[in-house]
Amino acid sequence: MTVSLGWYLALSALLFCIGVAGVLTRRNALIIFMSIELMLNAVNLTFIAFSRFLTNVDGQVFVFFVMAVAAAEVAVGLAIIVTIFRHKENVDIDKVNLMKW
Amino acid sequence: MELVLFIITSLVALVSAFMVITRRTPISSVLYLVLTFFCLAVLYVMLGAQFIAAMQIIVYAGAIMVLFLFVLMMLSQRGAQTWESAGPMRKWLGFAAAGGILLVAATALQSVSVTDAALDPEIGTVSSIGEALFLRFLLPFEVASVLLLGAIIGVVAMVKRKPEQQTEAEGDEA
Repeated sequence: MTVSLGWYLALSALLFCIGVAGVLTRRNALIIFMSIELMLNAVNLTFIAFSRFLTNVDGQVFVFFVMAVAAAEVAVGLAIIVTIFRHKENVDIDKVNLMKW
Repeated sequence: MELVLFIITSLVALVSAFMVITRRTPISSVLYLVLTFFCLAVLYVMLGAQFIAAMQIIVYAGAIMVLFLFVLMMLSQRGAQTWESAGPMRKWLGFAAAGGILLVAATALQSVSVTDAALDPEIGTVSSIGEALFLRFLLPFEVASVLLLGAIIGVVAMVKRKPEQQTEAEGDEA
């Protein structure tokens, strides 16, 4: 028995929501970052599922670009976290309120 | 058979994704995230996207997660492991918001009407993606390379210590 599109979409929706919960509940900047990666991957799964069921390669090309942007984003984001850690000796987002007021 | 494989892989992916956001130590979060990425790679192969599955393992499970581990090791060396525990209020609000988004996604799923097509073995091979990338998506491809170059320069500029700062830090250590 083959797996239909709905299963893949449901799985990616669940993964996305786990990522959202991670961003909203954790305070460690690194884990928030990992949750963002989780959300990106959930969206990638949606793209590839649609690409397979619509028999169109464009979705996979888009996933390729998402991966390139994710790589750039991770590099810049981790550099920001390292810089913040140098100033504050901490990566707890509650303690990083330089731009809050 | 395919359904069994799908259920096993997706269950492992969901459980390990949940572990990512609940573990206390960031190191175990990273390792669970690698497991999630491997499960997603298996799903990509099942969807006939071999090239993207290979990219998933090389770029995500390889490069990006190594970068995470590297930064984690660098930070935790100085005793930064004892973060955490958001208030219970925020925890419940966060999970409620995520549940709300799931509700929205579930309602949206009701209206998806794509008929099941047979798996096209031509979609997702390296040659088909390469053709699309270098013929129809050539400009975005070049822009992505500029983006990566900009990211590299930005990271180096951000993390590099200025000369006076460096001597200051050395003086502190001494």
